Amino acid sequence: MVNLALAWAERYQAEHPDLSLSVTGGGSGTGIAALINGTVDIANASRAMTADEIKQAEANGITPVEFVVSRDAIAVVVNAENPVRRLTLQQISDIYSGKINNWSTVGGDDRPIVRLSRETNSGTHVYFLQTVIRLGDKKNTTLFSTDTLLLPSSEGIISEVRQNPNAIGYDGLGYIPSDLMNSVIAVARDASGPYVIPSITTVNDNSYPVARDLYMYTAGEPAGAIKDYIHWVLSSEAQTIVADLGFVPIK
Amino acid sequence: MDKSRNWRETIITAIVKTCGYSAIVFVILIFFFLLREGLPALVEVKLGDLLTTRWYPIENHFGILPLLTGSLIVTVGAMLIAIPFGIGTAVFLSEIAPRWMREILKPLVELLGGLPSVVLGFLGILVLSPFLRVFLDLPTGLTALAGALLLGGIAVPTTVSIAEDALDAVPHSYREGALALGATKWQTIWRVTLPAARSGVLTALMLGIGRTIGETMAVMMVTGNAPVLAVKLTSIFSPVRTMTATIAAEMGEVANGSTHYHVLFFIGLVLFLISLAVNITASSVVFKSRKRAERVLS
Repeated sequence: MVNLALAWAERYQAEHPDLSLSVTGGGSGTGIAALINGTVDIANASRAMTADEIKQAEANGITPVEFVVSRDAIAVVVNAENPVRRLTLQQISDIYSGKINNWSTVGGDDRPIVRLSRETNSGTHVYFLQTVIRLGDKKNTTLFSTDTLLLPSSEGIISEVRQNPNAIGYDGLGYIPSDLMNSVIAVARDASGPYVIPSITTVNDNSYPVARDLYMYTAGEPAGAIKDYIHWVLSSEAQTIVADLGFVPIK
Repeated sequence: MDKSRNWRETIITAIVKTCGYSAIVFVILIFFFLLREGLPALVEVKLGDLLTTRWYPIENHFGILPLLTGSLIVTVGAMLIAIPFGIGTAVFLSEIAPRWMREILKPLVELLGGLPSVVLGFLGILVLSPFLRVFLDLPTGLTALAGALLLGGIAVPTTVSIAEDALDAVPHSYREGALALGATKWQTIWRVTLPAARSGVLTALMLGIGRTIGETMAVMMVTGNAPVLAVKLTSIFSPVRTMTATIAAEMGEVANGSTHYHVLFFIGLVLFLISLAVNITASSVVFKSRKRAERVLS
């Protein structure tokens, strides 16, 4: 999410040269810890604060106030020739952990499955591991199958999915090019549930299961410059940047 | 007059000496830096854990065996391509091709050597790997084979250029002598010219191999980077993850001083030792053959 925070800060800085904004990366935990310790005004996080963290902050005399500033959907995509267009979360988990190795098991042709993933340093990789492969269960220690191809860029995943009928890949919705939009997988929470295709609408009404909120936390009710900034971040101008970077705007 | 020449001599000698020694100093400094950053890995991770087959650093699985075998299989594959093609092309250019053809081909080969490996990596993703998948009916074309083919292609120009120079430096009297004794053209090349240029040709191969083992970008783009243990002969058709690609992909985001950081440096140390071993072996081979040649001549 640091890209988004940086893009916002750069744009806002350009419009308000009298203010000084600085953005530091390091992951959601880093930002939240800094907020608890009172060293930052705003913490960006791609997950909600836990009850423990809120308690710690309150012990330091800080009341965190939460703002959902944008959303993020992970789309699962296959080659256009692959007839499979819908999977449950459990099936995607079994595919990536190596339990399902042939497309015929999930209603496709008799072809081997080639699993594609982003590199381990990508936030998307970690989110996918926790939410899809481990189905959100913290005690689950399932890992990616070792023969999962770890590609260094979104471009690598997209070009392999585009030309290889055996491939399955995932990436942020914004990274899926229009020619692959027709082979994006509709995902269901379980076998009975509705199969939902990711889009700005389905992410916003919570029907698409592999989506998350991105947050900003302020120390106490924002006031002055911070209040203006949050207000601007929620404005349509800032939300356009969200869409440009491949995240889902909140409106 | 004499005095100023002496001065100049002293200064130039000093500069040349500094250059010579600095190469040694840099290598030693790099080695100690790698040791300092890499050895803590042995304290933080048990050696037994390093020598396992699961590489998943974000959950503390630090098995480097898949990375070692990945690098080895890609490098050996590339050598199997680069050695025959490199020497063959060099022999053709130096011994067989007419002068006009040689004057066109050699600059072209050298131009090929100047191509950035990222560009070759793109060719690998868009052309080579789809072709391999369809042609060999593989699940995916992003395999060790694609990496080996690309690396072979990267190593060939370096090898050709230096080996051709070495062959060209063999005195004409050798070839004329062989032909006068009734040797065919092939016998002259195989028995006389190539052995006479042996040390130059070996240097060419070593530099070619050096490029393949250290090459990162192209490999990262086409080998699929799956940390699978590559011990079977058929592993050449499966995706692999090399040591260089691992360092390049993960170093950017790793926390300074963490276990993962130290393990990445440890991998760098292993790479350094491997290329050191390759170089020592090569120069001892050259040294031995030179001694033998001197014995024969004396």
